[in-house]
Amino acid sequence: MSASQFYLPEGLPAPAPAPDGLDKPYWEGVQGNKLIVQRCKACKTFQWGPEWLCHKCHSFDIGWEEVAPNGVIYSWERAWHPVHPALKEHGPYIVVLVELPHAGNIRMIGNLLGDPRQEIKIGSKLDAVFEHHAGSKMPYTLVHWRVSK
Amino acid sequence: MTNRTLRGKTAVVGVGETTYYKRSGSPDSEFVLAVKAILAACQDAGIDARDVDGFASYSNDRNDPSRIAAALGIRELKFSNMQWGGGGGHGSGAVASAAAAVATGVADCVVVFRALAQGQFGRFGQGPKMAAISGDAAYSLPYGVLSAAQMFAMRCTRHLHETGVSRDTYKAVSLAAYHHAQNNPRAVMYGRPLTSEAYDDARWIVEPYQLYDCCMENDGAAALIIVSAERAKDMKNKPAYVLGAVAGSEYRNGAPCHNAPLYATSSFTGIAPRLYEMAGVKPKDVDALQSYENFTGGVVMSIIEHGFCSHEEANSFLTYDNLIAQGGKLPLNTSGGNLAECYMHGLELITEAVRQIRGDSSNQVKNAKVSMITSGPMVTPASSAIFGSLETL
Ligand SMILES: [Zn+2]
Repeated sequence: MSASQFYLPEGLPAPAPAPDGLDKPYWEGVQGNKLIVQRCKACKTFQWGPEWLCHKCHSFDIGWEEVAPNGVIYSWERAWHPVHPALKEHGPYIVVLVELPHAGNIRMIGNLLGDPRQEIKIGSKLDAVFEHHAGSKMPYTLVHWRVSK
Repeated sequence: MTNRTLRGKTAVVGVGETTYYKRSGSPDSEFVLAVKAILAACQDAGIDARDVDGFASYSNDRNDPSRIAAALGIRELKFSNMQWGGGGGHGSGAVASAAAAVATGVADCVVVFRALAQGQFGRFGQGPKMAAISGDAAYSLPYGVLSAAQMFAMRCTRHLHETGVSRDTYKAVSLAAYHHAQNNPRAVMYGRPLTSEAYDDARWIVEPYQLYDCCMENDGAAALIIVSAERAKDMKNKPAYVLGAVAGSEYRNGAPCHNAPLYATSSFTGIAPRLYEMAGVKPKDVDALQSYENFTGGVVMSIIEHGFCSHEEANSFLTYDNLIAQGGKLPLNTSGGNLAECYMHGLELITEAVRQIRGDSSNQVKNAKVSMITSGPMVTPASSAIFGSLETL
């Protein structure tokens, strides 16, 4: 993607892996178009966001597993009022909270691609779209979503 | 262990606040605002400020009790308490801490206060401006989830979806607050009424919140004073007895990246039953309710979770007529609250709850005996409190 194809203007805070290494597998995974989330090796519970131990069984042997990059809209919002200089004059944008039913119903936040004024339905099926910011000083990838065809 | 309760052991005997300003409107620094509010509360109570021996606050209030104690010449500081997390959700929790300290002899005269100069220290309604972010925020800020409104909107959207509650209830909450502010000379929106048309025509901030669903950004400070029930009897004001004050959050409410299992709640499903049990009252006993409004949708959820109506009843119960002090079934935010009095991070809701018991609210509910506050919907931890008059003990 070129800069002009990013969903939101550049200049918002860029994501960086946690200095303590907690979520390194996730940020590396998305750069390779893979959605990798935590899954406890001991009890198989999916967990998101990342933590150092499993909330279910307290095992510290928490593994990472690639999951299919799709989900459903659990909730959404359409932001109109710009609260950051980078968003001035940008217009509305859509944020979706996406549930992954095939991964223990964990949820993640992303933007919904397409018309920012589109009608949005909770429960709609989505596919992930990896938005690579390769030209950034510290390259990173955002995970957006598009309504499944 | 039946005496393990706060019920009736302490009382609020003084309240005070500074002038409430629009953000950047304060001629005083935040520290000066804090001290002025504390002195005002002491004067209201008829207490020498040097005899205060404890402080409780929340949300990382920047005004360190040791500095305040030195500035005021407090004789001995015995209690200096800050609650973790929850933003404005810990106002009632600070009351719980102060009351617990007094009830157990840890301190004798504790001030609960909050000071905020958003002009001096930055606006709550603006997003952070750092170049890079890690941790939980790395999963939201880059997607444009930057402000409090944007952080909480999806909880409300999900709540509306799951329950069938209408956004008309949001409007009722907003109009009632502005109505009350018109009778309250302290209110920033005093003299600036809100019409139904102006509410409807206001721009979206973030769906499902329009402009008048959102709290203001202000400068100011407020404080209240808690002493033992015994001592309160002999003081100049009618005491507002602490019947109950509890804080907390549900199972994994703080799970990162919006993974709280009970997402479509305002975080009170555990607090409400504990509060009523401690206070020994039921929702129908509550004469006036001050419910923290970061956003109107959170108020609607708070009211339902505290049992004032069910989800099914909400659309018919949460109307303007029912929410105003003049004849409403559930007088709500009778000072104007965070929407129209002042965003004093909810402490102004607590001083208003005290005023309802004392009988000196600008929107007084006749013979109010039980007065309740809910602090901080959708955050973790949240908190709630109930005050009662002498007859309720
Ligand atoms: Zn496990």
